[in-house]
Amino acid sequence: MKLTRAAFALPLAIILAACGQEAVTPAPDAAGLPAPLSAEGDFGATLQAALISAKPGDTIVMPEGTFSLIDPLSLDVDGVTLRGASQGGTVLDFAQQAGAGEGLLVTSDDVILQDFTVRDTKGDGIKSKGADRITYKYLTVEWSGEPEETNGAYGIYPVESTDVLVEHVTVRGASDAGIYVGQSKNIIVRNSVVEYNVAGIEIENSTGADVYGNIARNNTGGILVFDLPALPVSGGNSTRIYSNQIVANNTRNFAPAGNIVAGVPSGTGVIIMANRNVHVFENTFENNRSAHVLITAYSEPFTDPAYNPLPRDIVVRDNSYSGGGDDPQGTLAPLAAALGGKLPPIVWDGVATWAGAAEPQAVNLTIAEAPEVGFLSLGVPAYPLDPAAIAPSPDRPTGTPPAEPAPIVLAHVKG
Amino acid sequence: MRLAAFLLAACLAGCGVRSAPGPDMGVILAEAPAETLSAYGLFSDIAAAAPASGVVPYKLATPLFSDHAEKHRLVFVPGGTSAAFRKDDVFAFPVGTVLVKTFAFAPDMRAPEAGAYRVETRLLIHKETGWAAYPYLWNEDGTEAVYSPVGGRRTIETISPAGDPLTIKYAVPNQNQCKTCHQASSALSPIGPKARNLNHEGQLDDWAARGILSGLPAGLAPAPAMYDVSLPIEARARAWLDTNCAHCHKPDGSASNSGLWLSATETDPVKLGIGKHPVAAGRGAGTLMQVVVPGKPDESILAFRMSSVEPGVAMPELGRTVPDPDGLALVRAWIAEMDTP
Repeated sequence: MKLTRAAFALPLAIILAACGQEAVTPAPDAAGLPAPLSAEGDFGATLQAALISAKPGDTIVMPEGTFSLIDPLSLDVDGVTLRGASQGGTVLDFAQQAGAGEGLLVTSDDVILQDFTVRDTKGDGIKSKGADRITYKYLTVEWSGEPEETNGAYGIYPVESTDVLVEHVTVRGASDAGIYVGQSKNIIVRNSVVEYNVAGIEIENSTGADVYGNIARNNTGGILVFDLPALPVSGGNSTRIYSNQIVANNTRNFAPAGNIVAGVPSGTGVIIMANRNVHVFENTFENNRSAHVLITAYSEPFTDPAYNPLPRDIVVRDNSYSGGGDDPQGTLAPLAAALGGKLPPIVWDGVATWAGAAEPQAVNLTIAEAPEVGFLSLGVPAYPLDPAAIAPSPDRPTGTPPAEPAPIVLAHVKG
Repeated sequence: MRLAAFLLAACLAGCGVRSAPGPDMGVILAEAPAETLSAYGLFSDIAAAAPASGVVPYKLATPLFSDHAEKHRLVFVPGGTSAAFRKDDVFAFPVGTVLVKTFAFAPDMRAPEAGAYRVETRLLIHKETGWAAYPYLWNEDGTEAVYSPVGGRRTIETISPAGDPLTIKYAVPNQNQCKTCHQASSALSPIGPKARNLNHEGQLDDWAARGILSGLPAGLAPAPAMYDVSLPIEARARAWLDTNCAHCHKPDGSASNSGLWLSATETDPVKLGIGKHPVAAGRGAGTLMQVVVPGKPDESILAFRMSSVEPGVAMPELGRTVPDPDGLALVRAWIAEMDTP
């Protein structure tokens, strides 16, 4: 085998040289990784060239340093690993970005992204679309400075994908969601930190997600599970949110007005909207000033006949709650004002029907918390909201808890 | 030994050493792109932009706006084969087909032929394994274009067709960005050569007569074109959206997840953006609430993003750095004339 390779090596090298192409095979380092790309010259062009010419199975290593990039990056080769020197050691700085939406776009399967930072992109940070079995790990995506409307929408943004792993990432400053997983299946988001985003983590129009071990702090809303109408993939269901620290998500809502998260009241821990079979358990909620858990219907008009705007089969159990509910914001502010200015940890809008629905629908909420944990149904009959028509009630609904979804197993991750 | 001989032959082809004139099927169907545009043999005189025999110039009824670039299109369908007609989709071109698009500017775009210079040429080649896209950048002399997978930027100083001085930070897309627009599911596909966009000035009959198109139905009525002022505004605006947006904004395109689908055949008002809330637009939505607000172009995200030049806001995301004044005026007029709900 070795002999054959050696025999081929020489003529191939000569021929490639004759064609004016370089045969670049970096020597592996001690850890078995290829040598890092050169930091000299136009690093954006060097990196993009490497991303285009990569072959399945390749690892591209970025050197340590901060690199200012003008144009966005994209990867469309299956099975490629892109890694930097360390999470903070390799920084791709897009403050001078002049084109396109995101910093890095991945459109191929079996890609691993690890150990680098993406900063100040004009649009989304890192997007992967139709990219199955993707791994994001030990990454930082951030917008520097104060949270602002002009920051990009999503930090880490896998969409239309099956088998998604996001772990050990940090996202701050996104004007929509720090980690947003949309229209996808089989998802794990774990052991990550999201802060100063409008939404910390958002699972939207997706099926099968485990969100655990994360710290969601100082966002407008901590962790959101939504389903929206008029999208190619809807009917989101089966998400477990557990063992997260969801703390002081009291940042002002700085989302651009038309975005769905622009309606998130500052100071909410978890929001479940129009999604089915969502289990929220064993989390630590602290000092979310509007409410720790908000369960709500989709409140805008829609025409999608297949869409159900109600939350259904929701379980909230065994969480710990402290502080919060003392200064409700946004749409919750006037409602709370009518109720003495405060809200309990768990709030449901109470909506069980919508324009076009035949009759009241089963929402099936299970609130299995210690007796002293407060609950409030706002008793909204239907949207649009008429504050005069609400009928608040502190009585917990007596639902039949749906079976908890089995832990997510990803095709590309062991254990 | 045999392998070395094969590699040598492939290299010679790739290095542009050829004997026969005209398109070189060996180069066209090779696994890797040629280093130079001339190597394909698509031009009899590349400096003069004279196409080789069998390479046919064509025009689209509603072309994509590309920063006012003048675009020259050529099609090569290998001898003895033909593209099969399709009513709505891009024609089924045979393996070996090459679509050539050259982007040129002139000092004054009111007279785009005077002093014209070519900036880039993009090839779409139908390989055995599917379509492949390759960008080529022209040299200063306009005598050769070189394969440039990473694209690049070039500053263009010109005068716009409306007579205004214009500085364009023209962006040549990289090879991956080609796919952003040319995506159909996971594969690459041409965008322009559809019946609706080719059926003008007798062009389809000409293709059929040349034998490069088969199955052309007799008496095919032309589809609306954006510049046909005899047509209603809606038809013209929808033609513009079809060409400029629908390659991504379609069920199997790059913007599929937006649920905003803008092809000329779309009939669902919400999918066309009417009363539709943005999903992942982020700051692209500005302060606005809906994609299209009937009667109110100033409140419609569609017109807002078409008018922007800011990365992260501007649409289309790729292929333009200045707004298309004609397209914007048409789409605004279309929204303005809609009945308010």
